[in-house]
Amino acid sequence: MKKKLVVALLSAAMASSMLMGCGGDSTEEPNITEDNTEDTDQDTTGDEENTDDVEAGDDTTASASGGKVYYLNFKPEVGSDWEALAASYTEQTGVEVKVVTAASGTYEQTLKSEVAKTDAPTLFQINGPMGYQSWKDYCMDLSGTEFYNWLNDKSLAVTEGDGVYGIPYVVEGYGIIYNDKIMRDYFALEDKAVEISSATEIKNFDTLKAVVEDMQAKKDQLGIEGVFASTSFKAGEDWRWQTHLANLPFYYEMKDKGLSDSPEIELTYGDNFKNIFDLYINNSCTDKTALGTKSVSDSMAEFALGKAAMVQNGNWSYGGEGGISQTVGNVVAAEDVKFLPIYTGVSGEESQGLCVGTENYMCINSQASEADQQATIEFVEWVFSSDEGKAFATEKLGIVPFSTFTDADKPSDPLGREVSNFLGDSNLTSVPWSFVYFPSQTFKDELGYALLDYCNGQAEWSAVTEQFIDGWATEKEAVAE
Amino acid sequence: MQKALKKYFPIFALPTLVAFLIAFIVPFFMGIYLSFCKFRTVTNAKFNGIANYTKAFANKDFLNALIFTVEFTVVAVITINVLSFLLALLLTKGIKGTNLFRTVFFMPNLIGGIVLGYIWQLIINGVLMKVVGHDLTYNASYGFWGLIILMNWQQIGYMMIIYVAGIQNVPSDLIEAAKIDGASSWQILKSVTIPMVMSSFTICLFLTLTNSFKLFDQNLALTAGLPSRKTAMLALDIYNTFYGRTGWEGVGQAKAVVFFIIVAVISLTQLVVTRSKEVEN
Repeated sequence: MKKKLVVALLSAAMASSMLMGCGGDSTEEPNITEDNTEDTDQDTTGDEENTDDVEAGDDTTASASGGKVYYLNFKPEVGSDWEALAASYTEQTGVEVKVVTAASGTYEQTLKSEVAKTDAPTLFQINGPMGYQSWKDYCMDLSGTEFYNWLNDKSLAVTEGDGVYGIPYVVEGYGIIYNDKIMRDYFALEDKAVEISSATEIKNFDTLKAVVEDMQAKKDQLGIEGVFASTSFKAGEDWRWQTHLANLPFYYEMKDKGLSDSPEIELTYGDNFKNIFDLYINNSCTDKTALGTKSVSDSMAEFALGKAAMVQNGNWSYGGEGGISQTVGNVVAAEDVKFLPIYTGVSGEESQGLCVGTENYMCINSQASEADQQATIEFVEWVFSSDEGKAFATEKLGIVPFSTFTDADKPSDPLGREVSNFLGDSNLTSVPWSFVYFPSQTFKDELGYALLDYCNGQAEWSAVTEQFIDGWATEKEAVAE
Repeated sequence: MQKALKKYFPIFALPTLVAFLIAFIVPFFMGIYLSFCKFRTVTNAKFNGIANYTKAFANKDFLNALIFTVEFTVVAVITINVLSFLLALLLTKGIKGTNLFRTVFFMPNLIGGIVLGYIWQLIINGVLMKVVGHDLTYNASYGFWGLIILMNWQQIGYMMIIYVAGIQNVPSDLIEAAKIDGASSWQILKSVTIPMVMSSFTICLFLTLTNSFKLFDQNLALTAGLPSRKTAMLALDIYNTFYGRTGWEGVGQAKAVVFFIIVAVISLTQLVVTRSKEVEN
């Protein structure tokens, strides 16, 4: 009898220990029920306008609401900074803020799996109208919130009907980044083949091409290995071409047609696409048949180490992890890092600015509990209105499109400042990020593959054109179903 | 005690059973159900019949990946098993330093696939750039042979250990008897050793076959399908389908179910065929 008892106890102990081992989340369960009870409390008071009064520092109200914030961060380069900011917010208000950063290029995957959990992100981001289509079930209407009111240009938000579902929290710009020191060295050469005497005088593709090709010929004199850094085509590292560069021909075609998106395209500016792409791959520090295993960090390192004079990228590539300023052995002085618009030979491009836009729209999970939503809104508003949050945003995020930010809050990094300056120049027209309408990742990937085949000499340019046009039509159709 | 064990068997088995249920049975059936659904996340699925399957089969990438995978599997299974069996024979001859060799050959198996993929990408690129002036992504056949070399390097040691165990289990009296009867060493190998280690062949063939078919990490790290998805294997294609297009998650899931059926059929057939050739000790 005793034996039996022992056996039974033992097996029960074993069973429970096994189950404990599996259920790592069990400790968090009480929180969830707590939220639900708070939920009903909130419902009875029920006025959302209350948020306006609840300012950042008001810790008693914030922690009493019981909501917590879970932010799924998109940018790995500022992941630790977000965590530090969140910790500071928790310290000040007592509201729990969890920040998880998705690894580079895996945001969609991570979001997909995180959202399915009980403890889903309350704050996440989408990349624009296409992203909204896939996440609309999870995007809460933000039209009543303060941080929507702060938005300088309301048209930037992702909307549907009267609802506002995604709010951009940072605008970014990309173009051709150049190292002005190397450019000055070049313009000081006696036997240079161009008339102009500084990089700021490059105003169209023809001048750019003349300068670049002459520089490439004189690369030994300039002490560089090539004008452009590697046109990286490693899988997942080709977005600078299949998305950012491809934006230009698409933008000009849609502009001519007076559209923003279209189920079919003709690639009327395909030759312009080829112009700039050829210039990149033929005047580079890397042979064009060796691009398939180069990554973006490889290119940025080449630029930072002074092996290349130019690289196409955006203002995000200066600071942060893996940025120019963070590269070990960086030889490029901050004041020498400048932007040039991407000229492709389109008529009238002298007035073209940088490609400015955003792929970063904040959304609040509509399926989270109301207390969590409330806490999340408060957190976001704190980030973009408190001094500490604003300091973080200008330093780490770049140009924030909210009215709470004044001229004094301009970014301190050279590329961010350049974007601000370009935006402030009324003679220039920025190119919007039309690529938010690109149909799918598959479309971009396949365009990248076609470009790589072209670099490797395995296919003609016509194959790229075909892929762009056909891929566009099939992918638009595939996604529309 | 025996009686008590019998009585409390369900309680003892329960934890494992529950874990098995949570970690295998439930996801498996959920996966099958999801392949008939249109979904974004696993919690908001909407049933849409066999549409996913028709899309999956109409998708040329899937067929290309299947062909590439089959080619890869055939070559990999043959090379890995032949080479590891030869190594095993060599390392059961009692040469000096046998244990050291066995350890060294086994070690690549302890390194993760992604790391291996990156290391081999560097090595192969270095060689290719010197010899032909192109990198791994120039031609699909570079990627193919790169994968073969990588998998051989990783798997030979593991399979070798299994063969070594098999060969050491061949009773020495059988070999002695064969020798007395005047059999040459080739005849001994063919008629005594190989039939006696047939069970090792069953295991090794099963492992290499399924490993090659399900290969993902090494494929992702070495070429990730470049150029133009020409070196994408089935598992990678499923992954790409799942994440490549909004609304195509179900198609990726349907491909995964088809993939499961293919792997199950092939490996079970192989098991039945090689089992029938095994001899009792």
